[in-house]
Amino acid sequence: MTISKLMPTPDAVSAQSAGTSRWSGLGQRILGSRIAGPSLALAISVVIFSATTSTFLTASNVSLILQQSVVVGMLALGQTIIVLTAGIDLANGAIAVLGTVVMGKLAMTGHHDTTALLLGFAVCLALGTLSGGVVTRLNLPPFIVTLGMLTIVTAVARLYTGSQSFPVSSGLLTFLGRTVNLGGFALTYGTLLLLAAFAVVGYMLTQTAWGTHVFAVGNDPNAARLVGIKVKRVLLSAYLLAGLCYGIAAWLALGRIAVADPSGYQSANLDSITAVVIGGTSLFGGRGGVLGTLIGTLIVLVLRNGLTQANIDSLYQDVATGILVIAAVAVDQLARRRQQR
Amino acid sequence: MNAPNTNTTGHDERTPVLAARGLVKRYGHVTALNGSDFDLWPGEVLAVVGDNGAGKSTLIKALAGAIVPDSGHLLMDGEQVSFKSPLDARRHGIETVFQDLAVAPALDITTNIFLGRESRSRGFLGAVLRRLDKKAMRTEAAAALTNLGITTARSVTQPVETLSGGQRQAVAVARAAAWSKRVVILDEPTAALGVRESGQVLELIRRVREQGLAVVLISHNMPQIFEVADRIHIHRLGRRVAVVRPQESTMAEVVSIMTGALPGNDSSVAEAPSAQQVARP
Repeated sequence: MTISKLMPTPDAVSAQSAGTSRWSGLGQRILGSRIAGPSLALAISVVIFSATTSTFLTASNVSLILQQSVVVGMLALGQTIIVLTAGIDLANGAIAVLGTVVMGKLAMTGHHDTTALLLGFAVCLALGTLSGGVVTRLNLPPFIVTLGMLTIVTAVARLYTGSQSFPVSSGLLTFLGRTVNLGGFALTYGTLLLLAAFAVVGYMLTQTAWGTHVFAVGNDPNAARLVGIKVKRVLLSAYLLAGLCYGIAAWLALGRIAVADPSGYQSANLDSITAVVIGGTSLFGGRGGVLGTLIGTLIVLVLRNGLTQANIDSLYQDVATGILVIAAVAVDQLARRRQQR
Repeated sequence: MNAPNTNTTGHDERTPVLAARGLVKRYGHVTALNGSDFDLWPGEVLAVVGDNGAGKSTLIKALAGAIVPDSGHLLMDGEQVSFKSPLDARRHGIETVFQDLAVAPALDITTNIFLGRESRSRGFLGAVLRRLDKKAMRTEAAAALTNLGITTARSVTQPVETLSGGQRQAVAVARAAAWSKRVVILDEPTAALGVRESGQVLELIRRVREQGLAVVLISHNMPQIFEVADRIHIHRLGRRVAVVRPQESTMAEVVSIMTGALPGNDSSVAEAPSAQQVARP
């Protein structure tokens, strides 16, 4: 008996992960990657819309899609961190909306823009952390906690503004809507900030011990605890960082449309979950990443934009998105079942 | 990660690497440990057996720092120690493979081996950007597996969930052996495995012993115990009742002592002054 049998030989490895087919190493890595499916879906939709409409693949439209994706993308970034811990945040849109009205109202009532911005951030950060605190201290399911937060925060935003939307004067608060011209391609500062935020969070998740612990906690909290990871602290930090993302999302929202509307972005929470799930992050936690979420966000926005360009009723956009969500979760389930066989 | 211990020089061969005296642990009216002693000698495989409810898992938890006994004390190399948490035990060089493995299935072998003890890059990248030194960790993980004869240099990036039960157990044992400085505690490592894979894990246990580590093996499987153990600690009614050597005993005798049909030989049971008279390797 040899111990080497305890571990699969290279041949056994590829046979195991690729079924009976014999992929080359590189092909296997691409096909086995979690973002392969989402990338393909994005590529196919871009090709179809480019071929069927004359307006889709133009510099201005692509720039528009990127601008449209910043708020949902930023919310989805925070959502990704939470979903990786096997949680979910239904309140992220509401928290960001409260952030926008706090920023707008403070600026309108004579506070300095910087003060308004920082206090808006602080509100989002505090509310994200509050969700995390309730989840970890009271051991409640994140779904319930954030459902409650969604209701409360939405009501608070309306009480605070008397349910009235109001314009925000341009300045620091709307700065992220300004465009910068990169070789004939108009990008907003918001888009650049979004990409930077994805890069930073992506780095934290894949290159630091904290990120590894987020995955471990989402994958198997007991295993994480037994190796000495402080599970509750990791969970709390995930909600805190997500709260920061929601604060930035609020700023991005004001840059996109300079109006603070307490009843805006009502479906942004579900859109962010859609982007995360379509991007290949598992709702069961511990699997996925921000690159997938970026692609998932683009898929949602490309579908919406492309179907509009093709003059298709916007309700069909929702049908298409819904089908994608179910398909993505089904693929995830299947993959999990196959691996845990 | 420490280099594998090849011997136990610097420690008196007559001193148990890990010992317990008079451990008591009560849960309400239930006395799980009733003045139990324990001795583990350097470089040996000590099997711990006992009927269900005999208190052996409470004993193991006390040794691993997972519970704090109500009274009694622990000794490492003859010096008194106390463990408030598994981390304390770990700091003293004791690594435990819990029965439910404690590996995160979606994470790869390297990540699991280093989970909670990741190493960072040198310099600015590591100190300021907190960057993990993945390359070094992979190299060390591969070395840890090779040390135990698990030849998988290529597959340390493989998710643990793609491994079989025996392979996962091998990863868990390799992690414990790689980090342990003195003692590896294995709680029912073959309970979920088939015959062939169990045999492979037993072979792995021998290799851990060859690295100079002392092994505590909790098991129900008598044939396996007699195959791999140097001594057998028999637990009954919350205390050690006997320590026997497999060469000088039969499975039937061990089972009889376990169930109380035969009296034990442990001097502490007879209130003798020293527990050092028990069989020694």
